Amino acid sequence: MSAEVRHMKTAAELALAETYAAAKQKLPGKGPLAVLREDAFRHFEAQGLPHRRVEEWKYTDLRALMRDLKPLASPPDASAKARAKTAGKIIGDVECRRLMFVDGAFASELSDVTPETGLAIASMNQALAKGDALVGTHVGKVIESKDAAVALNTALMGDGAVIRIAAGASIARPLHLIFVATGGKPASMFTRSLIVIEKGARAMLIESHEYAGAGSGDYQVNAALELVVGDEAHVDHVKIIAEGAGALHVSSLMASIGARARYNDFSFSIGGAVVRNQLFLRFDGEDTVAGIRGVCLLKGRQHADTTLVLDHSAKGCQSRELFKSVLDGESRGIFQGKIIVRPHAQKTDGKMMTQALLLSDTAEADNKPELEIFADDVQCGHGATAGALDEDLLFYLKARGIPPKEAEALLIQAFIGEAVEGIEHAGLREVLMEAAVAWLKARA
Amino acid sequence: MPAVQETVDQVRLIDVDQYKYGFVTDIESEKAPKGLSEDTVRFISAKKNEPAWMLDWRLEAYRRWLTMREPVWARVDYPKIDYQDYYYYAAPKRNALASLDEVDPEILKTYEKLGIPLREQEMLAGVVRPEGERRIAVDAVFDSVSVATTFKEELKKSGVIFMPISEALREHPDMVKKYLGTVVPVTDNFFATLNSAVFSDGSFVYVPPGVRCPMELSTYFRMNEKNTGQFERTLIIADKGSYVSYLEGCTAPMRDENQLHAAVVELVALDDAEIKYSTVQNWYPGDANGKGGIYNFVTKRGDCRGDRSKISWTQVETGSAITWKYPSCILRGDNSQGEFYSIAISNGRQQVDSGTKMLHLGKNTSSRIISKGIAAGRSNNTYRGLVSAHRKAAGARNFTNCDSLLIGDKCGAHTVPYIEAKNASAVFEHEATTSKISEDMLFYCRQRGMSAEEAVALVVNGFVKDVLQQLPMEFAVEAQKLISISLEGSVG
Amino acid sequence: MALLEVKNLHVEIGGKKILNGLDLTVEKGTVHAIMGPNGSGKSTLAYVLAGKAGYEVTEGQILFDGEDVLAMAPDERAAKGIFLAFQYPMEIPGVATMTFLRTALNAQRKRRGEAEFSTPDFMKRVRDTAGHLGIEQDMLRRAVNVGFSGGEKKRNEILQMAMLEPRLAVLDETDSGLDIDALKIVADGVNRLRSPERSMIVITHYQRLLDYIVPDVVHVLSKGRVVKTGGKELALELEAKGYAEFADEAA
Repeated sequence: MSAEVRHMKTAAELALAETYAAAKQKLPGKGPLAVLREDAFRHFEAQGLPHRRVEEWKYTDLRALMRDLKPLASPPDASAKARAKTAGKIIGDVECRRLMFVDGAFASELSDVTPETGLAIASMNQALAKGDALVGTHVGKVIESKDAAVALNTALMGDGAVIRIAAGASIARPLHLIFVATGGKPASMFTRSLIVIEKGARAMLIESHEYAGAGSGDYQVNAALELVVGDEAHVDHVKIIAEGAGALHVSSLMASIGARARYNDFSFSIGGAVVRNQLFLRFDGEDTVAGIRGVCLLKGRQHADTTLVLDHSAKGCQSRELFKSVLDGESRGIFQGKIIVRPHAQKTDGKMMTQALLLSDTAEADNKPELEIFADDVQCGHGATAGALDEDLLFYLKARGIPPKEAEALLIQAFIGEAVEGIEHAGLREVLMEAAVAWLKARA
Repeated sequence: MPAVQETVDQVRLIDVDQYKYGFVTDIESEKAPKGLSEDTVRFISAKKNEPAWMLDWRLEAYRRWLTMREPVWARVDYPKIDYQDYYYYAAPKRNALASLDEVDPEILKTYEKLGIPLREQEMLAGVVRPEGERRIAVDAVFDSVSVATTFKEELKKSGVIFMPISEALREHPDMVKKYLGTVVPVTDNFFATLNSAVFSDGSFVYVPPGVRCPMELSTYFRMNEKNTGQFERTLIIADKGSYVSYLEGCTAPMRDENQLHAAVVELVALDDAEIKYSTVQNWYPGDANGKGGIYNFVTKRGDCRGDRSKISWTQVETGSAITWKYPSCILRGDNSQGEFYSIAISNGRQQVDSGTKMLHLGKNTSSRIISKGIAAGRSNNTYRGLVSAHRKAAGARNFTNCDSLLIGDKCGAHTVPYIEAKNASAVFEHEATTSKISEDMLFYCRQRGMSAEEAVALVVNGFVKDVLQQLPMEFAVEAQKLISISLEGSVG
Repeated sequence: MALLEVKNLHVEIGGKKILNGLDLTVEKGTVHAIMGPNGSGKSTLAYVLAGKAGYEVTEGQILFDGEDVLAMAPDERAAKGIFLAFQYPMEIPGVATMTFLRTALNAQRKRRGEAEFSTPDFMKRVRDTAGHLGIEQDMLRRAVNVGFSGGEKKRNEILQMAMLEPRLAVLDETDSGLDIDALKIVADGVNRLRSPERSMIVITHYQRLLDYIVPDVVHVLSKGRVVKTGGKELALELEAKGYAEFADEAA
């Protein structure tokens, strides 16, 4: 009885409906793309903002956490672009091809768009407006998601990157997609990117979400990336979430991975008031090897939720997942990870580990590692631990003369180091460890 | 590979129609009119000569139930239940008995077939009894009514109260009133609320302070009547420093229709008390096509209310078409302990969604979960569990291990644990694996002369050993046989 | 009549030819050694005799006591008296060695129409046999091969062989992974089981084992066929010259 009664729409839901109605004529893309938007919005509207009774969002009640909707970001002006220049520092001097998205819009003048064989870069806004074929083929189709946040992104997607890496190409420099909020005024950004990496190509993608304004930042991000990894391709994807302290960040990765590919994913979540990092990955070809890892460092009243759905749809794939969270203050760290093994995905080898380290009595760790298995010839497992630092180890270090805070820092570094080691790029590994060390120092 | 195929075929051949306990007892029974209404609730309460407060309690539950909806979050799928199509009360006629001799011989025969030593005299005589076998006091529940409780007098000497709950309501109303619904509140969930409204019988146990119950207590539930729902209610209170081990067994004859079972079990352990609750459930699972079988929606919860108290659940679930069951522990007392040991086997078209909740509220509480799921045929077998430590539960500890085994490629095994730590000093460890029986292992056994069925049974019994060990001896042997029966079928 | 006759045996695994027309005759009461380099098909022969899945016989025959065993399930062959001591014995968690032995023994007896052993009879038998092999009672209570050392696993195989009393025992690289002391214990156990009623096939890569289990006949296997047969001195010759020379003969 009660569940059939539709809830009252929240202020944010009402604002979303109004915003969409007002913006839909102006948003890029016609014909099938406009239909895609419309369907997505109807789908969203039917369910509303996800709340705690929606199993997948059990621990991140967006209806409660998203009180209002900030106005859609306006195109960046000169001062916004000036502020944006400082973004991307988080990866230090790792040499990359920078692609800058300021307040949700592609800033070509701040980006490196020099031509390179096998690499094609365009802006999503233009690609949508032109009815680009690649976009028509893939956008909204890589992983069919019923998720409300993804639907909202599809309905309101503005700009983002469209990248195609040709078969067999090897892109030397990592591609660094920098999504920066400049904080001129309260804003919401809906970016959508599509990256297609063809057969046998090699590429490294870094995606960072940052804040370059004053104060904590009063903005909302809903970013989505659709990634197609071709057969035998070798791809690294690193996502850094370092939003302003006041930001609400929801991002979704939807990846389809081909046969005999190597895929390596890393999420580093360090900034933002509320962060929901969603990864939907599907193995569509046989004998692929993937490593999916992440580190989450939270303090104060931060809330970060990493939700991973890993769909073994093809035979003989191997996946390793390792997620670590360090929780201080009154923060709340959530990890939900589901491994699905379809009936025909025999010989699947999937292992998932999630570990939470609680540094304070008021922090909270919620873990939900799930296995959903329909094939019999598989080896799957998961592990989860939650707890404080090992007292015996701490004592051992202190007995060797290491001050308590340093001893703690050492152990925490070792704890997250296990996951960071999974990143193939040595330089990136170092800068992220440095960022973690800086976080630890700030804590002391 | 032939051996793989063989294993699959063997499992496919499993004939659930060979359900060993599928016989119907031909006795006359007295039923409440079909369907559920306030009148049904009043009818049941009147039949039991209950005090007025009990009727009010039931009616409140009934009214509440009308506003509730069936939960849908479990991974079970079944046609909509028409709650008006069941009988909510069925009793064998002539149920006012002065002694065991008056129990309908047909009923006694049924229990004999089930292997329950109901006749106190026989048990006391101890005919051909292996050395050291413990004696078990049995409360047998036939459809809705408790027909006989053995060893009552002997238990009375030690101060242990063991009787049908309907009788306890008359003889110890204050005690029932004090504890009933305090672990599983009337409004807890759809099925528990339904049970609160219409439960007809069940067992009541009270173990006084410092008493170690001199024997195992046991209930055997049997559903016999067509289209009856069985809603038993069990309430066990272990007073300070006491100990009791309780066994529960369930069977039902083969029926095409799905029979509904929604039990509630409440356990209360006060300071330093320990309750060990073991279940072997082999209700009729339905036929190979999923026709018939029991819908088993059970709410079992133990409250470690006192400091240093301990509640341990052990279950062997092999029957029922649908199993929806999460025996849980509320670890309220400081230093209290909760345990959950489970074997869940699904075959044919069975659907199991079972697990536990360990709620750590007190300081230095610990819990342990060992779950072994085996899925075969076209069944789905889900472990669902929650471990949580609240803010004040300093020093909470949990260890969870859940392993699943798949036999054949038409079944599914799922693991859904929720692990929630709100306390830095909590230490939670969880591990889960899913795999199949290794063909190499089966070949090794067969090379030594075992048939495919024997090899599978042996390997599965090895897989579940950690849990079997938790069962009292007599039950462990029975459970082991049951596991073989549930998996073999094609033998002979 | 010979106890075992393998005639022109051709075997493939996943389309790959492993045995190429192997012939082998084992008389009652004799001990045959089969030697050969890695990949010559030694273990394949052992598995095919025992009936492991995945080994496809494309041609040829295996007759045991005149009966065609190829159509028989592994447990049927075991009941007929074919025993394979595995090179890598399987671990079976949760199943006590004692339980495993009793289940196996009674399954075979049942199949042969013999009475099952009562628990006391079985216990006495297993204790006596284990005693001869220097196997502790504790090992019998532990789960089959779980946490056993290499030597313990091999001794456990010999214990099973002693309990099951096969007519043909196939020992697949029983010496692998054993130090000299463990090897002696195992060989001693095997020698005790030699009898006019029991034949054995000892598969090994090295001559060393044959110092302790002295064979009546030695066969050299290469590329899936028997390329040379001789007396026990053949093993020494092989040790001195190496396999290369014999491999040529097969070509």
